[in-house]
Amino acid sequence: MLEIKNLHVKLEDEEKQILKGVDLKVEAGKVHAIMGPNGSGKSTLSYVLSGRDGYEVTEGSAELEGEDILELEPEERAAAGMFLAFQYPVEIPGVGNMTFLRTAVNAQRKARGEEELSASDFLKEVRAKAKTLKIDAEMLKRPVNVGFSGGEKKRNEILQMAMLEPKLCILDETDSGLDVDAMKLVADGVNALRDEGRGFLVITHYQRLLDHIKPDVVHILANGRIVKTGGPELALEVENNGYAGILAEEA
Amino acid sequence: MALAEVKQSATQARLMALTLPESGCLKAARQAALSRVQTMGLPSRRDEYWKYTKPDTLVQAEAPKAAVFHAEEDPMFNAFERLNIVFVDGVFDAEASDDLDLEGLTIDRIEDICCKDIHWAKDLYGVLEARGQTPVERPLAALNTAFATDGVAIRVTGKVSKPINFTYVHSDENSDAILHHVIRVESGAEVTVLENGPAASRFNKCMEIDIADGGKLHLVRAQGRDHERRAATHLFARLGKESVFKSFTLTVNGVLTRNEAVIELTGDDAVAHIAGACVGDGDFHHDDTVFITHDAVNCESRQVFKKVLRNGATGVFQGKILVKEGAQKTDGYQISQSLLLDEDSQFLAKPELEIYADDVACSHGSTSGAIDEEGLFYLRSRGVDKADATDLMTLAFLAEAVDEIEDPEIAADIVSRLEGWLARRR
Ligand SMILES: Nc1ncnc2c1ncn2[C@@H]1O[C@H](COP(=O)(O)OP(=O)(O)OP(=O)(O)O)[C@@H](O)[C@H]1O
Ligand SMILES: [Mg+2]
Repeated sequence: MLEIKNLHVKLEDEEKQILKGVDLKVEAGKVHAIMGPNGSGKSTLSYVLSGRDGYEVTEGSAELEGEDILELEPEERAAAGMFLAFQYPVEIPGVGNMTFLRTAVNAQRKARGEEELSASDFLKEVRAKAKTLKIDAEMLKRPVNVGFSGGEKKRNEILQMAMLEPKLCILDETDSGLDVDAMKLVADGVNALRDEGRGFLVITHYQRLLDHIKPDVVHILANGRIVKTGGPELALEVENNGYAGILAEEA
Repeated sequence: MALAEVKQSATQARLMALTLPESGCLKAARQAALSRVQTMGLPSRRDEYWKYTKPDTLVQAEAPKAAVFHAEEDPMFNAFERLNIVFVDGVFDAEASDDLDLEGLTIDRIEDICCKDIHWAKDLYGVLEARGQTPVERPLAALNTAFATDGVAIRVTGKVSKPINFTYVHSDENSDAILHHVIRVESGAEVTVLENGPAASRFNKCMEIDIADGGKLHLVRAQGRDHERRAATHLFARLGKESVFKSFTLTVNGVLTRNEAVIELTGDDAVAHIAGACVGDGDFHHDDTVFITHDAVNCESRQVFKKVLRNGATGVFQGKILVKEGAQKTDGYQISQSLLLDEDSQFLAKPELEIYADDVACSHGSTSGAIDEEGLFYLRSRGVDKADATDLMTLAFLAEAVDEIEDPEIAADIVSRLEGWLARRR
């Protein structure tokens, strides 16, 4: 599904190397988790994959289902099936959440040569999906993320994911800022989307989310590189002992 | 004080090209206005009030040529139930207009004010314009009062069931129109006025609005999309106790537009909102000049102006709130913002507050900025292409101004047209 090889990334405007040779392969149907110390490059990896400006790939490649995505525009990557649930969802004053969702869903359908969803089908689908995430109608009417609480923003990300049905879902710390019940809702939302044809890359600092979304593989990203890969037990080790041991061992 | 010679001769050249209309009882008002023009002189680039906007083409004797724009869509507001009043190149078109007969109001052409002896109109014509000449001179408005060739006098006495719609058709590429309307909203009466169209290659329009206690007037106008048209408009409004005046202007295209609004809150608890949304691309200069005077207790005023500019377009905002002595509990708000879609475009703003009362809440702000890159990336990451995402953000930027429109159907119509125009432009 997603194959990253020897990915090196620096900041466009500064001589700062952030990713220093990331190798990662996420198979369809699998959930991979990425953990790692603050500033190790996890969000950078997610932004580079989704096409944000400001980064320069100096070496390596990233392919989604065999297609090189690094040369594509962000919207083309989205149409190809890439989705990033932002660590910090962006507020867009003046753009209604509903308008935004409908525009996005239809833009992707159009890009894939599918017919647009009718207004009533769209409405039905949003309402049903919003309900399972406990997002009320009033929140759907408000401008995108404006005045949303931290947890509401994260649930809104999952709603977008559910509506867009991407092939590869990257969740960047979607658990941070969530209360226990909301975390369960979000995890249920993710689990509902687990499917043979879909891959997940879940970035998190905590074992708690992984209790709900059981990962198949866990990676540790440190200083711009994946330094260790293992099963779910690796996350438990981090939870119990922190990164010091793992980093020392790999050094 | 002697006027600078250049100004003097420019004024004379313009006046030579005009003739004072023969109109019995308005003659005195017209002559008084003419002498105001002669004393003030027409605007020149040297005038402080015209620092950001070149008045030359608005002042010169001949109107510059302007091609007629053929829109491939239904004219604005056509879908609404309304009473339509049509002017073609500044001349009333009775054929194209509806019957000027509607419960709750009377409509007469200004040329009939005298023969029909319409007192209220005689007492209003040129009066608010003359009041509006201090403390800042507005010579083009005085020129209008003196030389207006057409226009209507509307007296609103009840709650009118449908909007009055002015359709200003531009058909001759050399047309030069001067229109003057006077509107009196009687106590407790209520009306919505719509205006649509460029009117002429060069348009000088003046509207005097007098709202009695408890009266309400909503004005929504769209200035026409002819690229080469020029317009200088003046709106003078005087508000009585507990009255409401709300105005919204949409400007898309037009090589030169200067919209002046002079609003006086003279009765307690009155409310005046004035808003504008403009979208300019390339050879486009748009100037909103607003002067609001609070001269009563507990009045509210709100100015919301948004401009989207690209390819070297220029936006200007000069907005003033004057709170007179004794105008306590004034609530004054003013915001002017521009969205610059490239580095060639510019926004020039001069917000001013002048306050002589101590118990007031006035705020003003002006910003100028590029499109929010974070927001743009967020939208694109969801699959919306860059152009559509930019349009969405542009509409979002204009929303605060469009939201000032009271009628949701009219607001929705304006938004959907803007969507189409933005999409077609690229
Ligand atoms: N645009 C930028 N300008 C300057 N520094 C940047 C920029 N983007 C990333 N960095 C730096 O790159 C490093 C990696 O940042 P990144 O956000 O990817 O870390 P992270 O692993 O997601 O951390 P966290 O766990 O705190 O979210 C940090 O040192 C960060 O300061
Ligand atoms: Mg991060």
